Amino acid sequence: MDVHAALIQPFVEFEFMRRALVACLALSVGCGPVGVLLVLRRMSLVGDALSHAVLPGAAIGFMIAGLSLVVMSLGGLVAGLVVAILSGLVARVTPQREDASFAAFYLISLALGVLIVATHGSNVDLMHVLFGTILAVDDASLLLVVSIATLTLFTLAVVGRALIVECFDPGFLRAVGGPGAVVHFVFLTLVVLNLVAGFHALGTLMAVGLMMLPAAVARFWADEVATLAATSSAVAFASGYAGLLLSYHADLPSGPAIILVAGGVYIVSVVAGPRGSLWAKFMPRRHLEA
Amino acid sequence: MTAVFSLSDVTLGYDRHPAVHHLTGSFATGSLTAVVGPNGSGKSTLLKGLIGRLAPLDGRLERNGLRQSDIAYLPQQAEIDRSFPISVMDTVLLGHWRTIGLFRPVTRAQRRQAEEALLAVGLDGFGRRPIASLSAGQFQRVLFARMLLQNCPVILLDEPFTAIDAKTSADLLRVVVGWHGEGRTVVAVLHDLDQVRENFPDTLVMARAPVAWGATGEVLRAEHLFRARQMAEQWDDRAPVCRRGSR
Repeated sequence: MDVHAALIQPFVEFEFMRRALVACLALSVGCGPVGVLLVLRRMSLVGDALSHAVLPGAAIGFMIAGLSLVVMSLGGLVAGLVVAILSGLVARVTPQREDASFAAFYLISLALGVLIVATHGSNVDLMHVLFGTILAVDDASLLLVVSIATLTLFTLAVVGRALIVECFDPGFLRAVGGPGAVVHFVFLTLVVLNLVAGFHALGTLMAVGLMMLPAAVARFWADEVATLAATSSAVAFASGYAGLLLSYHADLPSGPAIILVAGGVYIVSVVAGPRGSLWAKFMPRRHLEA
Repeated sequence: MTAVFSLSDVTLGYDRHPAVHHLTGSFATGSLTAVVGPNGSGKSTLLKGLIGRLAPLDGRLERNGLRQSDIAYLPQQAEIDRSFPISVMDTVLLGHWRTIGLFRPVTRAQRRQAEEALLAVGLDGFGRRPIASLSAGQFQRVLFARMLLQNCPVILLDEPFTAIDAKTSADLLRVVVGWHGEGRTVVAVLHDLDQVRENFPDTLVMARAPVAWGATGEVLRAEHLFRARQMAEQWDDRAPVCRRGSR
């Protein structure tokens, strides 16, 4: 098998492979910077919690309208936002910290979602919601994913500076009268939106994978917010491309294949990335003059 | 003489327990005041009250015509994430927040001002370094450079020289004295009494209640400092309701 046949032919030959690749590109563009900001804000697990929180909304959408993209996405969006807002409110009004309130509300949401799916859907439907089907992305889904990526980039351009300052020095933002709380909720909305975009392709279980793994990888390659975000998007897209090929050639489910490739990149980066990796720690280069 | 902050019988605290008990007085425009006292004597609480982060439990605290953006505030370092991937230059440029806000670009002139501010605090050429690579003293210099750009008429400093070497604190003290010379109002929480005697015209000695407030030479006397030490740290879970003051 020559290189062209292995790496390019599948996309030339099959429309579903091209669609899946475009979906991956759009997801990568949105999820890259959002994931990096989640990591910098020490909210890596909040992404995870929110991805589970989306489930009951999607399930209720499924109950109402069957396998309808619009209704399931709207349901997922509403459920995710409700969990984000309730957790945020509890954290800001009571002494409880946000990680604890997020855990509480996402567990409630997840149990509700599983309950709905278990009592109202067949196993096949459950598999779709949990694992997604990036190889069956239709026009409507593609449009949704691309729109969310576009909206994400525009929103980040507007609130990016405030997000960075709120994360690095919240006291300063408060002192200069910056919009801390508003920016925080705008950001959580972006996280939920990108998870909704991801769950059609990768399912609620793994949508967060394309957001967090590349962001975690970027830490070992870059050291400024902009380069971290660019690295993260690039790693996400490369994982999507390689994962699709892997799933095509080895006849594996595409979602887990994509996430596992990203996971592989993460392991390699931990061991041998240029910044702070195990390699840099245990094989130090000679120190400098000054 | 006009005052920036006027306090009449102000009590500040947490959970109804006073941390600053019945403080009356004013910080005159252009004054340079040191706030001294043992740990737990309410110095940081007072600054939080002055910037408006903490509402008084009792009494009146007036910020005479000051807007929030007129006050620069340097807290004790706890809240800043010093491992955050941001450069020294970008950190200092945040001092232009009043003009750049959420999304306006930084002009070349503003960048030059930031370079001058770095020079003024002794960090010339450090602009591109990530803040994670700085020592505690260098980082404090960065925060002072940022305050230089903020260009505020009122500056509140909470233990700016704690855990900082003599050279750095001498350099930064020169910046503070410079602010005083430009007519800005500065209030600084400090522990080094010699530093206070030499550089600060006014002093407030605190011990959860005011012990003495006035010209430094009058105020920093042994009996005041001794009383401050005795009065501090008397949190009582079953303290009775205070009947002094306006309510």
